[in-house]
Amino acid sequence: MIMKPTPTRDGFGEELAAIGKVNPQVIVVSADLEDATRAEYFKKACPERFFSVGIAEQDMVGMAAGLASEGFTVVTNSFAVFLTNRAYDQIRMDICYNNLNVKLAATHAGVTVGEDGASAQCLEDFAIMRVLPNMKVVCPVDYIEARKATAAMLAEKGPFYVRFSRAPLPVLTDELTPFTVGKAHVIRPGKDAAVIACGAMVSEAVAAADILALEGLSIRVVNMHTIKPLDRDMVAACATETGALVTAEEHQCAGGLGGAVAEVLGQTVPVPLEIVGVKDSFGQTGTPEQLLQYYKLKAVDIAAAVRKVLARKRG
Amino acid sequence: MPDKKCDVSTLKAMALQFRREILETLETAGSGHPGGSLSAVEIFVALYGAVMQHRPEDPSWDGRDRLVISKGHISPVTYVTLANFGYFPKEELKTFRKFASRLQGHVTMKTPGVEFNTGSLGHGLSYANGVAMAAKLKGKDFKSYCLMGDGEIQEGSVWEAAMTAAHFKLDNVCAIVDYNKVQENGLVSEIKGLEPLADKWKSFGWHVIDIDGNDLEKVIRAFNDFKVMKGKPTVVIAQTLKGKGVPFMELKSAWHGKAPNKEQLADALKVLY
Repeated sequence: MIMKPTPTRDGFGEELAAIGKVNPQVIVVSADLEDATRAEYFKKACPERFFSVGIAEQDMVGMAAGLASEGFTVVTNSFAVFLTNRAYDQIRMDICYNNLNVKLAATHAGVTVGEDGASAQCLEDFAIMRVLPNMKVVCPVDYIEARKATAAMLAEKGPFYVRFSRAPLPVLTDELTPFTVGKAHVIRPGKDAAVIACGAMVSEAVAAADILALEGLSIRVVNMHTIKPLDRDMVAACATETGALVTAEEHQCAGGLGGAVAEVLGQTVPVPLEIVGVKDSFGQTGTPEQLLQYYKLKAVDIAAAVRKVLARKRG
Repeated sequence: MPDKKCDVSTLKAMALQFRREILETLETAGSGHPGGSLSAVEIFVALYGAVMQHRPEDPSWDGRDRLVISKGHISPVTYVTLANFGYFPKEELKTFRKFASRLQGHVTMKTPGVEFNTGSLGHGLSYANGVAMAAKLKGKDFKSYCLMGDGEIQEGSVWEAAMTAAHFKLDNVCAIVDYNKVQENGLVSEIKGLEPLADKWKSFGWHVIDIDGNDLEKVIRAFNDFKVMKGKPTVVIAQTLKGKGVPFMELKSAWHGKAPNKEQLADALKVLY
C-alpha cells in the first residue's frame, strides 16, 4: 500500500494512544500543546492518565520525573524549542542525572515548521540532547517509523528524546522495514559516496541520489534515525566502502547528526565529510518549501555537497 | 520512625548532637554548606524521629513517606541524619565530599535513604507533586515532603509547581520552606524579598502553617496538622535562623557555603547550643 505523505506526529499520537489503552503504566504529562503534538489522542483514549500542568514546561518535566520514580512510564510533549530549551535544566537534572523513565516527545522542529518563524523552528535540539548522559535521541523518517519509534521508546527504559515532524513527510518504509534504536537502515545501496540523513532530509537525500544517478554516480542513502547512540559501525562501513560522506539534517550544522558523524569519522576511518544543515543562523517565516530552498536543504543542495565531497575524495 | 516515635527530650538532645556532627563532618571535608544545614536540623529531627514512616534497614520500602531535599546543598544535615538513623555507618561521614564516596557534595541516590538527586534549585516541588500524583493513582497513602530553601523559592519553577499542586488538590504534598533569612550573597529581604510569604502561598491555594522552625515541638505539630489536611497541599513556613546554634555563624551569609577550619570548629563546639 502506498501512503500519502503524513506528519510523523500523527504516528506518535496514534501509537501512544494505542499502547496507552493496553498499558496502564503509561502516563502523559502535558503543557497545553497536546493538540499540536497529537498527545491529545492519548488524552481521549486514557483521560484518567493524562495531566496538563498548563504552560509550564519545567513543571511538566519535573512532575514527570516524580511519576517515573514511582514506576510509571511517563511521556512529556511540547514543541521542540519549549521542551528542550525551556526545560533543559530539568531534563539534565531530573531526567538524565536521575536516569528516570521519562520520554520527551517533541514536534515543530526544523525550518519545515514554516510560517510560525524562527522562535518556533528548533535547530539545536539534537546537539543539546545528545550531550546529556543516559539520553537517547531519535528522529523517525516517516509515519510508519514514527509508530515504531514510539513503541520502542515506551518499551525501553530510560530517557528518550524523539523529534516528530509537523510537516507531512513521504512514507519511505513499510511495516516490514527493520527498526531498532541505534541501528541505521540503508534506504538505497551505492558505492561512490554515502549520504547519512535523518527525518525530512532522508527523502531529499534519495532525490539527490536520483539526480546523481543521471551523472553516473552510485550514491548510498542511509536513514540514521537514531542520533544517539549513533550506529558507529554503519558510519565506519560507509566510510570504508565509499570513501566519501555527506550528512543531511534539519538542524544546525554544529553539534547535530553531522557533528556526531564527524566525531566517529575522526576517530575511526577519516574520509572527506560534507555537512548539510543550517549554517549558524535562525530560521524565518515562509512556506516549508521556500525555507528548505533558502537554507539549502533540498535535494539539489545535497547533490552539490556530494559532488564537492567526491572532488575532495579524488584529491 | 517505623517502630517507635522518640520522645521530645530525646529528639532535642539529638538535634544538639546533629549540629555537632554537622560541624565535624564539614571540618573533615574542608568544604560544604553549614548555614542551611544548621537552620534545618529541627526539621530533619522531626521528620525522621517523629513524623515520617520509614525503615532504615529497607530504604526503598514501598510504604515509606518520601522526602525530596530540593536544596541539595544541605548534604551535611541530610547525611548526619541518615547516618544517625542507621541508613549507613556513621564512620562513612568522614568520606563526605571525597572521591568515590557515597556522600557526594550535593545529595544523590548513591546515599541510602536519599530519594532524588538534586543540586539545582527549584526542582524538588514539581518532583514531589509527581510522587504525590503517583500515590493517588496507585491508591497509596504515603506522603510526599519537599524541603526548600528561602532563597530557592526565588526560582520561578517553584511557583509553577505551587500552582499545579493546588490545581490537582494534592493534599498528600507538604512543602517546607526553611526560612532562615540568608542566601549566598546576603539577606533574602535585601536581595529579593519574599514577603508577604504566607499570603503568597495562601493566594496560590495552599494550606499555610507559619511556625518557629527551630522549635521542635511546633515543627512536629505542624507536620501532624498537615497529615489531617484534606483537599489542598500544605506548606510549612519554618521561621529559622541561618547557622542556628553557633552564634558566630548565625545570620552570616559568609557561612552559607564555607566549612570551619580546626580552630573555628573548636570555637564553635565551645559555644554550640
